[in-house]
Amino acid sequence: MSYEPVIVGFLCNWCSYRAADLAGTSRIHYAPNLRVIRVMCSGRVEPQFVLKAFSEGADGVLIAGCHPGECHYVEGNLKALRRFHLLRKMAEQFGIDKDRIQLVWASASEGTVLADRVNSMTLTLKALGPLRWQSGVPAEIPVTEEVH
Amino acid sequence: MSEKIGVYICHCGTNISATVDVSAVAGFAESLPDVKVSRDYKFMCSSVGQEIIEKDIKESGLTRLVVAACSPHMHETTFRAAASRAGMNPYLFEMSNIREHNSWITDDIVAATQKAKALVAASVYRVRSQKPLEPVYVNIHPETLVVGGGIAGIHAALELADAGYKVHLVEREPSIGGHMAQLDKTFPTLDCSACILTPKMFSAGQHPNINLMTYSEVQSIRGFIGNYEVQVRQKQRYVNTALCTGCGICEQKCPKKVVDDVHEAGLGYRKAVYSPFAQAVPKFPVIDTKNCLYFKTGKCRICEKECPTEAIDFEQKETPVDLKVGNVILATGYSLFDPRRLQQYGYGRYPNVFTSLEFERMLNASGPTAGRIVMRDGETCPESVAIIHCVGSRDKNYNEYCSKVCCMYSLKFAHLIMEKTGAEVYNFYIDMRTPGKKYEEFYHRLQEEGAHFIRGRAAMIMDTPFSASEEGKLIVQAEDTLLGRQRRIPVDMVVLSPAMEPRPDAKEIGKLFGLGCDADGFFTERHPKLAPVSTMTDGIFIAGTCQGPKDIPETVAQAGAAASRVLSIISKGKVELEPIKAFIEKELCSGCRICNTLCPYNAISFDEAEKVSFVNEAVCKGCGTCVAACPSQAIVGSHFTSEQLMSEIEGILFDRKEGAEQETVSIAKGGGKR
Repeated sequence: MSYEPVIVGFLCNWCSYRAADLAGTSRIHYAPNLRVIRVMCSGRVEPQFVLKAFSEGADGVLIAGCHPGECHYVEGNLKALRRFHLLRKMAEQFGIDKDRIQLVWASASEGTVLADRVNSMTLTLKALGPLRWQSGVPAEIPVTEEVH
Repeated sequence: MSEKIGVYICHCGTNISATVDVSAVAGFAESLPDVKVSRDYKFMCSSVGQEIIEKDIKESGLTRLVVAACSPHMHETTFRAAASRAGMNPYLFEMSNIREHNSWITDDIVAATQKAKALVAASVYRVRSQKPLEPVYVNIHPETLVVGGGIAGIHAALELADAGYKVHLVEREPSIGGHMAQLDKTFPTLDCSACILTPKMFSAGQHPNINLMTYSEVQSIRGFIGNYEVQVRQKQRYVNTALCTGCGICEQKCPKKVVDDVHEAGLGYRKAVYSPFAQAVPKFPVIDTKNCLYFKTGKCRICEKECPTEAIDFEQKETPVDLKVGNVILATGYSLFDPRRLQQYGYGRYPNVFTSLEFERMLNASGPTAGRIVMRDGETCPESVAIIHCVGSRDKNYNEYCSKVCCMYSLKFAHLIMEKTGAEVYNFYIDMRTPGKKYEEFYHRLQEEGAHFIRGRAAMIMDTPFSASEEGKLIVQAEDTLLGRQRRIPVDMVVLSPAMEPRPDAKEIGKLFGLGCDADGFFTERHPKLAPVSTMTDGIFIAGTCQGPKDIPETVAQAGAAASRVLSIISKGKVELEPIKAFIEKELCSGCRICNTLCPYNAISFDEAEKVSFVNEAVCKGCGTCVAACPSQAIVGSHFTSEQLMSEIEGILFDRKEGAEQETVSIAKGGGKR
């Protein structure tokens, strides 16, 4: 059986969740690898949620919000954008490939945009392989010379 | 006390059950913590489905409820109401979206079933930590904004105003009336459009409850249902409406003649200072600065000299007007497809090819030809006329949809041409579509009157004669699909029936008011069948052709429906809002003030005495940005608490735990208390 990654999606209530609804109502077929958690605004997504998802066994996290300038709460999506860049940096320091955290803007009429991103992200994650972050730190840390 | 959770898996007929093994999901749910009852049923949203839930709550003493069915945007309110009826706080209910997000996006039964289990587990885990909440009520401002002064906007405004509520009717053009004011007769009754419209326009202009704002556009809108703050830009007319009597002298004296692209559809002329038509409401003219000689060259001002009441004011400035309204009705109408895009029909190249709106103006007694049907030279009466249906409609290259009204107005044209000129009329149609009261009868009448009907989309119009009989004519080439052969029909005049298209700025307008457009560009209604005038934004309604092509009766019906939806909200006086707000726990707040500047609504302030921040509940919209940012985790976002979302994450990844390794992650799990 081929490896199927699991993506946890944090979708804002107003644009991207409705985009996912629209993808469904339009019967757009896309990878069933996304599991959606609804938040009122992408600005609500705490960095802890993303780390929690990885620690619980997610292979990737997708944050989705309204397009910049279209946020239902004026600029919550811009806050999400700021956190997203920091979070990606931090994830890399944890040894998590930055492509495992992705951000997409999808308006309520862009079911295809969301579906396309889920498809492309699924392919990326398949190439990266399972994360298994929950396995924790290996008992024997490979010591390299650079480490002091 | 441990919770007792009821889980209900909906089949949605076969919409879910064809892709998701619903009984397996229900069986799985039974194994989840605190689940007391787990069932699957054909239609959970049906009255029977809801009764099952209510009965279980009462008889099994359920304390929490999970329904796995469609999107919460579809039926969350339905199941919340069911929970309430059975005595459960509606916020102790959670919905899993296993239709839009799952069964409709894949054919893979194994994957879909597994995903459904994960989504149900997420809801079960989450619902355990949900708290009972009480909805917030806000007062509804009784005034309404209607955008667009065509028949839809006028009708909706009058319905509301007659019911005793104040309406602000905003129209972009100098006069209300819209497309209906351009039409001559209306099908199938052939009553005159102006005769039925102008009394309504007049009432709208005179009504004490209607604040008519013509030559104005909505600049910005903020707020939510019941409490919208709108800014309208009232463009400068350069005419002082307090002094103007509408006598029309300025218009007579103005030396600058301009082609009227709007009301006369390019067929006639107006002046640079103009009132668009004789029955315009309001009667005040405007100065078109693009063409006015004074604005172009700095000389003229004849209108100013001639005006008997000194109403011309070249110094007038645009004025912003602030309004407070509870609801908005958008009735922004349509634009006509530009037939130049279909080059094979030669519109713009051959003078005697007309659009339907040009032809309406020609037929109209108050139009540029005073109602005479003449060719572009203004004199010759045509002996034969071709009417081409579906120009830019039912055509995958342009608009796939049917514009719905063209068959009927083409029949009307055919009747009026034969009545007024006795010319031969040829209709080129794909299918005749005449559903409506007395519409089919009108079609039969035209067949009896001797109009010709050729079934086939016209391929092209040319002016190259193949024989002597085609000399000096326009030749319509089409395949007659009933005869099964090509035909060439020489005619003097061609009338095109172009598609109804969304306004070119529909997308921006939609963005301004927070509503989406469908693939064709028309505004999307909340539900195509059951909520045709509501939109996804509460308190914003749509009516008329901005929602899709439709004829006058249908437009009026929608306008009435939108007005009645608004009335029902106004008469309720209050609207229930979700109690999703942020709160700061004083004991945990360190007073760092990070949240103060983050809030897009400035709802968070700092209490200097106590050195802590606090949220103004009335201003908070519940986005949760502050909750995510608080370094002390002192802010609680109700119904989306960190505890609830963390539990949801655990549930949604229930199948990703690796048994023995679970111990090692317990530290990582500790994060996030609320």
